[in-house]
Amino acid sequence: MLDVLPPDSIGLVEPKFHTFDSPIALDCGRILPRYKLIYETYGNLNKESSNAILVCHALSSDHHAAGYHTLQDKKPGWWETCIGPGKPIDTNRFFVVSPNNLGGCKGSTGPTSINPDTNKPYGPDFPIVTVHDWVKTQARLGDILGISQWAAVIGGSLGGMQALQWAIDYPKQLRHCVVIAAAPRLTAQNIAFNEVARQAILNDPEFYAGHYYQHNAIPRQGLMLARMLGHITYLSDTAMRKKFGRDLREGKINFGFDVEFQVESYLRYQGMSFVDRFDANTYLLMTKALDYFDPAYKFDDNLAKALAQVYAKFLVISFTSDWRFSPARSREIVKALLANKKLVSYAEIKAHDGHDAFLMPIQKYLQTFKMYMQQIEL
Amino acid sequence: MELRTDLALISEWIVKGTHVLDLGCGNGALLAYLRDKRTVTGYGLEIDDDNIISCIKAGINVIHTDLNQGLSDFADDSFDYVIMTQAIQSIHRPDLLLLEMLRVGRQSIITFPNFGHWNARLSLFFKGVMPISRTFPTEWYSTENIHLCSLHDFEKLCVTLDIEILQRAVVDTTHHSSWFMRLMPNLFGEIATYHLRSKLI
Repeated sequence: MLDVLPPDSIGLVEPKFHTFDSPIALDCGRILPRYKLIYETYGNLNKESSNAILVCHALSSDHHAAGYHTLQDKKPGWWETCIGPGKPIDTNRFFVVSPNNLGGCKGSTGPTSINPDTNKPYGPDFPIVTVHDWVKTQARLGDILGISQWAAVIGGSLGGMQALQWAIDYPKQLRHCVVIAAAPRLTAQNIAFNEVARQAILNDPEFYAGHYYQHNAIPRQGLMLARMLGHITYLSDTAMRKKFGRDLREGKINFGFDVEFQVESYLRYQGMSFVDRFDANTYLLMTKALDYFDPAYKFDDNLAKALAQVYAKFLVISFTSDWRFSPARSREIVKALLANKKLVSYAEIKAHDGHDAFLMPIQKYLQTFKMYMQQIEL
Repeated sequence: MELRTDLALISEWIVKGTHVLDLGCGNGALLAYLRDKRTVTGYGLEIDDDNIISCIKAGINVIHTDLNQGLSDFADDSFDYVIMTQAIQSIHRPDLLLLEMLRVGRQSIITFPNFGHWNARLSLFFKGVMPISRTFPTEWYSTENIHLCSLHDFEKLCVTLDIEILQRAVVDTTHHSSWFMRLMPNLFGEIATYHLRSKLI
């Protein structure tokens, strides 16, 4: 429990909702007649509405990007490192909007929501959503909030992909695009990892073809395995060695299959705690959104062509030890922007933390990010 | 902003409104100057984190790049000028990078310290040791200058690579010239600046 909130935190925050009554046609061909988005905002929108920042979240995060919901919270929002007074996304200067994506399980309409047609949770019947769909719903949220142009759209990992999609889909509606630890599309290896995660969930006997809510069941084992696998790909070899080495929990090996090494204990803990806070159907949807993301697809597989019309200025950041979306993947984005003579800066940050680095307080990363944000004119 | 005199010299050679790539752009001073005074656009390439931060602060488009990896992110002929100040001597293969520079740019401007300077010659001739001077302040084992050359060496390479020298300026470390530097540049010049173009186009 916190006695006092840290001075560089935005402090106590409250989620907001908006229900959209106009139907949305999704990439998969289906139409959602109405849907709700949950979001948080930090800071104040200025008179000209020129200081709004959209923060897009990654695979398993949500709208709670910064601050605390109660003084009893154990942890702040997922990007507390970067959002707050005096931080790179400075809430003294910017008005930050952070929604939970459609298909999520933290308050926006998703598989756990009640389908008005059946009065039961959507479950596996929730349509598969894409990054393009998300961007569309975020644009509608912007309209509701009176934001005709974002000062910047920002995201890490899958969030960075949304930022990139924004620059392509609504070129004039953002002045800056910050893409961190992302990729222009997934590789076969990336998709392979997602597929193993999905198979773990789909084959869990408690999954009931996605209708586990009606059976009062949770595909615990499957979701846990999916998360454990994910976690391995978020960390680097170096980070794992540094954190766990070959440390044994009881100081000796027991010649058994219970938890012996610290890294096993860590992964099981991460997996188990994830089950309590995340929905398996949403996890399946999010991994599919990742797999399908490919803005160059409609442009003859030519990313430079896809980015020909972008208007925003870009900051692209990658991390040396990120092997999930390596620096080479960020460079693909940079190269496509350079081919179009677009305004872009690119920083490759030395970090041992693997993909997770974008959430970490790495000094050079925060300095680079902050310096860029300070250059944004309001 | 006060500009290093070698940068001021370079900026005089650059036509207004052109598109420029600056290899090893440091804190972005040259690009900022060119942007403000000559409405030049372009990018800086840099490998040092702090320099990258300084460039971003100056509003310069900077791309983290290891110049030893070449310029494969850039298409042929995509710049009017490719500039490299005081960096060629620290490149693994200066010859290959020179070709890369003239592939992505129509013209190049290069500056480097002259190893044919009398001070370097005297040091080797009389003391038999690698020179330490204001131009070469670091010991041979820790210096980043791994491919030092004289003006003659450089000009020989230009002939081999079919590179045409459009202009040359030779100065001392305070970037001043003198009659004896003009008379015997390879002996008295400390820093050389070349304006190059490929003969092959």
